[in-house]
Amino acid sequence: MTFETVIGLEVHAELSTKSKIFCGCSTRFGGAPNTHVCPVCTGMPGSLPVFNRAAADFAIRAGLALNCGISRHTKFDRKNYFYPDLPKAYQVSQLYLPICRDGWLDIETCGTTKRIGIHEIHMEEDAGKLIHDPWEDCSLIDYNRCGVPLIEIVSEADFRSADEVIAYLEKLREILLFLGVCDCKMQEGSMRADVNLSVRPSGSAELGTRTEMKNMNSFKAIHRAVIYEAARQAELIEAGGNVVQETRRWDDNKDASFAMRTKENAQDYRYFPEPDLLPLEIDEAWLARIKDTMPELAENKRRRYVGEMGITEYDAAMLTTAKPLSDLFEQTSAICKNPKETANLITGALMRLLNDTGTLPEDLSVDAAKLADLILLIQDGVINRNVGKAVLEELFRNGTDPRRYVEKRGLAMIRDDNFIEAAVDEALAANGKSVEDYRSGKEKAFGFLVGQTMKALKGKGDPQIVNRILLKKLSIIQKRGN
Amino acid sequence: MKIDDKLIEYLENLSRLTLTVEEKEQAKIDLAGIIGYMAKLGELDTEGLPALSHPFAAGGRFREDKVTQSYEREQILANAPVKSEGYFQAPKTVE
Amino acid sequence: MEIRDMTALEMGRLIKERKLGCAEAATAVLEAISSTDGELGAYISVQKDRAIAAALKVQARLDAGEALSPLAGVPVSIKDNICTKDVPTTCGSKMLEDFKPVYDATVVEKLAAAGAVTVGKLNMDEFAMGGSTETSYFGAAKNPWDPRRVPGGSSGGAAAAVAAGEAVYAVASDTGGSIRQPCSFCGVSGIKPTYGSVSRYGLVAYASSLDQIGPIGRDIRDCAAALQILSGPDGRDSTSVIERPFDFSDSFSGDIKDMVIGLPVNYLSDGIDSDVRQAVARAAETFKALGAQVEDFTMPMMEYAVPAYYIIACAEAGSNLSRYDGIKYGYRSGNADSLADVYLSSRSEGFGIEVKRRIMLGSFVLSAGYYDAYYHKALQARGLIRNAFNQAFDKYDVLLSPVAPTTAYKLGENITDPLKMYLGDIYTVSVNLAGFPAAALPCGFDRNKLPVGMQLIGKEFSEPKLVRAADAFQQNTDWHKRRCGK
Repeated sequence: MTFETVIGLEVHAELSTKSKIFCGCSTRFGGAPNTHVCPVCTGMPGSLPVFNRAAADFAIRAGLALNCGISRHTKFDRKNYFYPDLPKAYQVSQLYLPICRDGWLDIETCGTTKRIGIHEIHMEEDAGKLIHDPWEDCSLIDYNRCGVPLIEIVSEADFRSADEVIAYLEKLREILLFLGVCDCKMQEGSMRADVNLSVRPSGSAELGTRTEMKNMNSFKAIHRAVIYEAARQAELIEAGGNVVQETRRWDDNKDASFAMRTKENAQDYRYFPEPDLLPLEIDEAWLARIKDTMPELAENKRRRYVGEMGITEYDAAMLTTAKPLSDLFEQTSAICKNPKETANLITGALMRLLNDTGTLPEDLSVDAAKLADLILLIQDGVINRNVGKAVLEELFRNGTDPRRYVEKRGLAMIRDDNFIEAAVDEALAANGKSVEDYRSGKEKAFGFLVGQTMKALKGKGDPQIVNRILLKKLSIIQKRGN
Repeated sequence: MKIDDKLIEYLENLSRLTLTVEEKEQAKIDLAGIIGYMAKLGELDTEGLPALSHPFAAGGRFREDKVTQSYEREQILANAPVKSEGYFQAPKTVE
Repeated sequence: MEIRDMTALEMGRLIKERKLGCAEAATAVLEAISSTDGELGAYISVQKDRAIAAALKVQARLDAGEALSPLAGVPVSIKDNICTKDVPTTCGSKMLEDFKPVYDATVVEKLAAAGAVTVGKLNMDEFAMGGSTETSYFGAAKNPWDPRRVPGGSSGGAAAAVAAGEAVYAVASDTGGSIRQPCSFCGVSGIKPTYGSVSRYGLVAYASSLDQIGPIGRDIRDCAAALQILSGPDGRDSTSVIERPFDFSDSFSGDIKDMVIGLPVNYLSDGIDSDVRQAVARAAETFKALGAQVEDFTMPMMEYAVPAYYIIACAEAGSNLSRYDGIKYGYRSGNADSLADVYLSSRSEGFGIEVKRRIMLGSFVLSAGYYDAYYHKALQARGLIRNAFNQAFDKYDVLLSPVAPTTAYKLGENITDPLKMYLGDIYTVSVNLAGFPAAALPCGFDRNKLPVGMQLIGKEFSEPKLVRAADAFQQNTDWHKRRCGK
């Protein structure tokens, strides 16, 4: 029997608001336990929620980017259940009237485009964190995360393979990052995905019983989990068994999923409209404000870079791996008006520096004006490219103004023919063997001699002049030799 | 409406309550009466009527996205029955 | 005049005129409490030192020439479900017996800013669930007119204290009649304001869409003065919709000749005590004599208000009380090892039977399979009830009705019959469902010399008009001046 896998995804993304969804506590990750809390987010008696409007702004942004309809009238509901990380014993979420509905996202796998339906996006509050204390064999509870705003993006069951799932998640992540809505760090838990998976005999129209998988901490783990679970269910059915509808926990170390206690699965959440919050009316003005301030998506940027700015597709892809990089590119090229050179420098030397120093793009703090100036120095022939790299490093590490640095260190290109000729003579005289090599046809020796000349010029020689003079000198020697 | 043991136990579970044997017996009687009385609403024709979860339909209040001073941890933990090194403490949860 | 007989405004005036010191006033109230509350049980806790310290601070502010409210320096007592920072707030329950909030409710902050001096926390039905204060974990409060009888509930301690001279005025809460009914049973005045006019921040929630904080006092003028302090917008409560505090400057003219008062006659038919009916009918005549038009009409939806109320209240309450799990605050059972046991034991041992009953009812009406027929239906019924009121207010300025079908009954008489207790709320719950304001004031006595109260109901935010009607009545009658024990 061949099976078809049917998958739906529920992605939770923590919104990058400064404060929590219903109170003014900070959403900052980390922090000593229970230091970003107050009576509201710890569910103290008498406390009440007040909605952070920015959470709706971000949710609407995400909804628009995912082609959803935005609900004009949306409200909150209580989802009631008991768990120590939920201080009120209910989570404020949205069931009946979510803020966004009926969207889609196109993904590319193996050269084909597929449309994944998005059923809805709703807002909800995050719960706290439980830490198991092995000494006391108890649970320690930290409510710092409690109340951080989340959007839950629920897809239709349109996926048919692990690759499609990953393609979707990668694109979704890129969109959320470029919207500035979420920092999508799975390892910090700001982006989480639950996988709903069932299998059915190929050709069948009926859906099989599905399981829900949680606890995948990376896209790779999700890929593995999908493959594992599809195989597990198929084997089970082929052996004559039935798939049990349950929640399963993915264990990446064991490369397998395990059923969670079935008690958790038979939950009557008794959803009802949240009486402490009045419904939200999203009017045309609000929607217009969001539309007018929508950040540009990566896909669009790539189109623009290639189509309008003459950047290669490869470079465009590199520049849009992170918003800070594309921001820097855009700001810098706007000033120096040389997008190609800007792209080269950023995707080449700058990204190398980032990698070498283990710096994340969001921690990049290179000033665009200064970078633009550096590019102009190269473009105008004040310094050569190699010197440019050194100046870039100085700018990256210390924020040093390039022009001033070049002046102070005397890094300007040497253009004087006589000066360069003297250096060329020096190099030729000291490297007789290389001259012989060159004369006997070894092209590489030329590069070596250029290098030696540059060394004598302390790297500041104008490469074109060095080349010209070296060639001339060598050909004279050549002629003499004959 | 018949309130049997099964329903009482279901409600106990949802509510995280355990009634004593006497309380359970009494609850069956009391709840039957009260729920029976509540069912009187079934006489009303409410087809198509809006469900009011608030007395009035007005816009509520919003907050601006600003961080305000959080409370001191000592205050937040002050009423906790069991705590440990800045955390609330509960018996372990079984996954 | 004895302090015990002064209204809050009279006391406030004497304080402003320097004929009475703030500490003197606080001490007098504290002495009254210590001499009679052992019997009456109106208070759960008293904060003597804090009260004196606060009184001295207010005195200093007055002496420095600060312009404070008319109630500055006047002692106030707070129902024990309103959070007072660092002072126990028990909600009448074992679950919160040792709980000390880390913040003040908005109304407590407002009272302090106005120069009020808090003396103690008042007894109440557990988590405000009840109509007699008999479900309090700390023992029932008694009715000062007859200590064998209940003072009403859930704000029984508040009404009893004001009636007995153990409080000058009180701040309490009303979800289905919890201010109005005890006022009626104890012969004092009270107001349940329009929903959304007084901040609920710091009120331990019973039913979120029904709860409101309001004043109880010796007369309606005291209540109005208090309500002026309590009311106003609050950024910490999303349901706080009022734009500014109430202004009662036009409410004391005694002139109600412009008013048309509606009298729902179906409220006065079977099931109501004949003395209560007569007292309310007499009150109607008084209003006529004062120049108002009083017109009979039939108020529809009456028989659906109580079931709709209990469905909605229990649903919201069950959810609001789920947070009491023995982990973050409150009672934690000593008999529990596993997490499941901590929840079950702490909650089962910490809550009384009425609370448990309502929590389970709440779970029932929200559970899958019953949600549509009960909870959803009740929310729709609420709309019908509101419409019925709106139609009445198209013709009438104010409605006049009884508060309760009976006067104060004996302790222990109804406590084992919850449904009968619930039916006692028949005249008050519809007002909470619709969100409208209502005042309760004494209008007579029954054959056992127990007070009878009447209710005036108004459209939303019509408190100034409501108070004008009530005040005109009190300017021309003296029911509110009768003191128990005299």
